[in-house]
Amino acid sequence: MDKLPARNLDFTADGSILVFEKLCKSYQLGAVELKVLREIDLVVKKGDYLAVMGPSGSGKSTLLNLIGCLDRPSNGKYYLGGHDVSTLDDNELSAIRGRHIGFVFQSFNLISQLNVLENIEVPMFYQGMSEHQSKVRARELAEMVGLGDRVHHRPSELSGGQQQRVAIARSLANDPLIILADEPTGNLDSQSGRDILNILDMLYQQGKTLIVITHDEDIAKHSQREIRLFDGRIDKQWYNR
Amino acid sequence: MFLYRTKRTLKLGIKSLWLHRLRSTLTALGIIFGVASVIAMLAIGEGASRDAMAQIARLGSLNIIVKTVQPPEDQHATGQQQSLQEYGLTYDDAERFRNSIPGVQVIVPVRRVAHQAWYRNRKIPVEVIGTVPWHLETSPIRLVMGRFLSNYDMDYKQDICVIDERVMNELFKFDDPRGQFIKIGSDYYSVVGIVSPQPIAVSSEQQKAKDAEASKKQAGANAGNVYIPLTTVKNRFGEMSVKISGQSGANVEKVELQEIIVKVANADLVLPTRDILQTVLERFHKKTDYELTVPLELLEQAKRTQRIFSIVLGSIAAISLLVGGIGIMNIMLATVSERTREIGIRRALGARKKDIIFQFLSETLLLTFAGGILGIFFGCTIPFFVTHFGNMPTVITAMSLLLSFGISGAVGIAFGMYPAYRAANMDPIESLRHE
Repeated sequence: MDKLPARNLDFTADGSILVFEKLCKSYQLGAVELKVLREIDLVVKKGDYLAVMGPSGSGKSTLLNLIGCLDRPSNGKYYLGGHDVSTLDDNELSAIRGRHIGFVFQSFNLISQLNVLENIEVPMFYQGMSEHQSKVRARELAEMVGLGDRVHHRPSELSGGQQQRVAIARSLANDPLIILADEPTGNLDSQSGRDILNILDMLYQQGKTLIVITHDEDIAKHSQREIRLFDGRIDKQWYNR
Repeated sequence: MFLYRTKRTLKLGIKSLWLHRLRSTLTALGIIFGVASVIAMLAIGEGASRDAMAQIARLGSLNIIVKTVQPPEDQHATGQQQSLQEYGLTYDDAERFRNSIPGVQVIVPVRRVAHQAWYRNRKIPVEVIGTVPWHLETSPIRLVMGRFLSNYDMDYKQDICVIDERVMNELFKFDDPRGQFIKIGSDYYSVVGIVSPQPIAVSSEQQKAKDAEASKKQAGANAGNVYIPLTTVKNRFGEMSVKISGQSGANVEKVELQEIIVKVANADLVLPTRDILQTVLERFHKKTDYELTVPLELLEQAKRTQRIFSIVLGSIAAISLLVGGIGIMNIMLATVSERTREIGIRRALGARKKDIIFQFLSETLLLTFAGGILGIFFGCTIPFFVTHFGNMPTVITAMSLLLSFGISGAVGIAFGMYPAYRAANMDPIESLRHE
């Protein structure tokens, strides 16, 4: 089992899972510095259902990469579950991603050579869970998203909605702190999209912490709290429920 | 934990190789041929080398062979001269060797006369070898039946002989030769023993050609050897031989000894003794009517030649392995860029760089090891066919198997490392976006 870096601050006492302090991200394009995110302050508490909205170019994707520990901030601090992740090296970030983040992508991103069960097992494998344990858990999760009878199918044999359900099951594999969904219904028809949103609602009811990045108002309506990004800043935020 | 990871990774590797069966097979072919050719070439090289060594060793590595040769000046003059030619090694030479050279264990003077041997109505050409009782100490032939010559035979110039198996088979088809008499010239000799035939010694290509020529000449000339006490030979056959050549008529030669074999106590003494012999001979022979052969020297020369031979063959084979390795690297690079998205997904799901490296490296290693095992299989069958149909000795050494397997593993690691590193160092964000 990979060791996670030590916790620096105990934010978790008040239920804060994710804390941004003046988070900045900029890219160097030749001589010009492109500021994508400017001093974002954000706190996400356990059990939150947060929707991140914003037009394209507002920094949504960059924010997603930062939350998902795929990228490091240029400035500011990012605490995830008490770990300061803004200064971690590549291996530690990988460990954090695998353990604390559950990704749900717009294009599902299942591994085509693996069947449903094996796809769900991937994050558990990288966390070093035993084969038996991970098999049992993968089957449980597949049943939870309603695919208990299709566990040996390849992604290519499933519909888009089913594939996204596999992806959600996979994101839950290591019981992460945050489930991070990027336009989870973007590639789906409306019926399958509703199914997915229902599953996300169900997860919210169960007390999971969800962050959904979308530009779709209807999806955002499902959330408990919305923030709207504009030009790299949090423009507005409000609570739906 | 580690084992479990390895197992899962290997399983994954097999799965993705199986998914591209044709590609994997073609890629592995490079390694298969490389390994097979390394093994086959080394086996052929080793076989040839051992063969040559064995043949030289048969001459006796502690021996120095001094042979009588016709001096070159006389060969030109034969046309005019009809007179007596006297040349070659003498009994005095043998005596001098015995008295003046330290470290000499055995000295065997040999007189050879080509003659015909009769038994009842059968006649075959033989080579009469006048020698001493201790001849066997310097020669690879061994006693098969009866006894060899004795000191008594020497001292009393007995009319006895020892024949080799070839002569026995030719003359005594059904009879027991022991106690029988064979007639050579005008005298009868009692057969007292049988020895194994003299193996034809081959040391190097040059020697081989010489021998082929000689054996062609001898094929008609003699069917085997008859060993007779040296003293008896001296008495019965004398030292003269008459050659009748077409233009010049009779040509008389006087040669005392055809060969003196000197055996020393150990290998370190061979070369110094050779030098002493050379000096002694130079002093007493005005013409160079002798030739020194040192099997040990030939052996070492052959070893050097064979080493070069093996290195050349091995390098050619190693190059083919290298080419195979480059082929693997090429395919792995293609695979990596084909699976960019998968790499991105795995990275997002918690795979560290080294997990990705391990995944791709394991695929390469699986390919090369599978190729290596098949290559060893083919590499072992090729020498078999070479031996069977090409009539060439081959020897597969455990060393060559280990070497080629090790090389294929090394090739796998060397050429798998770069693609694996490339895969691991791709930016996960970029690769997730990759189509």
